[in-house]
Amino acid sequence: MVPLSAYVAVSAVLFIIGLLGVLIRRNFIIVLMSVEIMLNAANINLVAFSYYLESMAGQLVALFIIAIAAGEAAIGLAIIIVVFRGKISTNVDEMNLLKW
Amino acid sequence: MVVVFFTYFALASIIAAGLTVALKHPVHCGLALLALLVHVSGFFILLNAEFIWAMQVIAYAGAILVLYLFVLMLMNLKTDDRYFHASYLYFLAPAAIGSLYVLFLLVRSPFGGAKGDATTVAILQNGDTYAVGIKMFSDYLLQFEIVGVFLLGAVIGAIVLAKTPKPTNNERKA
Repeated sequence: MVPLSAYVAVSAVLFIIGLLGVLIRRNFIIVLMSVEIMLNAANINLVAFSYYLESMAGQLVALFIIAIAAGEAAIGLAIIIVVFRGKISTNVDEMNLLKW
Repeated sequence: MVVVFFTYFALASIIAAGLTVALKHPVHCGLALLALLVHVSGFFILLNAEFIWAMQVIAYAGAILVLYLFVLMLMNLKTDDRYFHASYLYFLAPAAIGSLYVLFLLVRSPFGGAKGDATTVAILQNGDTYAVGIKMFSDYLLQFEIVGVFLLGAVIGAIVLAKTPKPTNNERKA
């Protein structure tokens, strides 16, 4: 029997890896992929608690998170395409037009 | 047996997440993300959540990841030599210390709580999909509708953003 804390530990490790990816990568698309890693870590947590606390709420919230991730990916990639069309760069350090 | 599977999924998903963040070429990162998503879906099988597993494989690995790879190949990116942030080493040490502390706290805590009515026996009686459906269309109906409206807004927003802009009058004259 796997204890709940093992699931939470794996989820925490994945979340921290995703957070590091958001902080240190410079490619916008990889940053979005790191956000997906963090959402997956949250999903593991929710489903694990749903199983160990015997409640369906965690699984439903995990489903909603998957839907939110789909919307976030669509909007994020559309924004990347708009920026790429104008500047031919997906480097997050060079996108500073909102800094005025 | 469950412990063996759990260990495999845990190690494979952590390695795949590390590769997603560390690999150089964006397409390789996307494929590492695919490995991560598939192994995370293995956890859901271990936790009696077959419906979430199916959604993970269909919606995440099937739709979202294909969208990422599609945009990557559409843009045909050149690999940047300096692909990490300029001062990423400064992030690493505090991140390592903080994450070790968080892990220490997590492993020590008892994780008790009030138990609900969805026991394993009750779920396995009619299957996980049945249990999710009954709950979603009774207690979580409003949230379900909100997510539907949200997705509609995301679809419209993505189309409006990615559409080729019409040339303005000045550009037409010139």
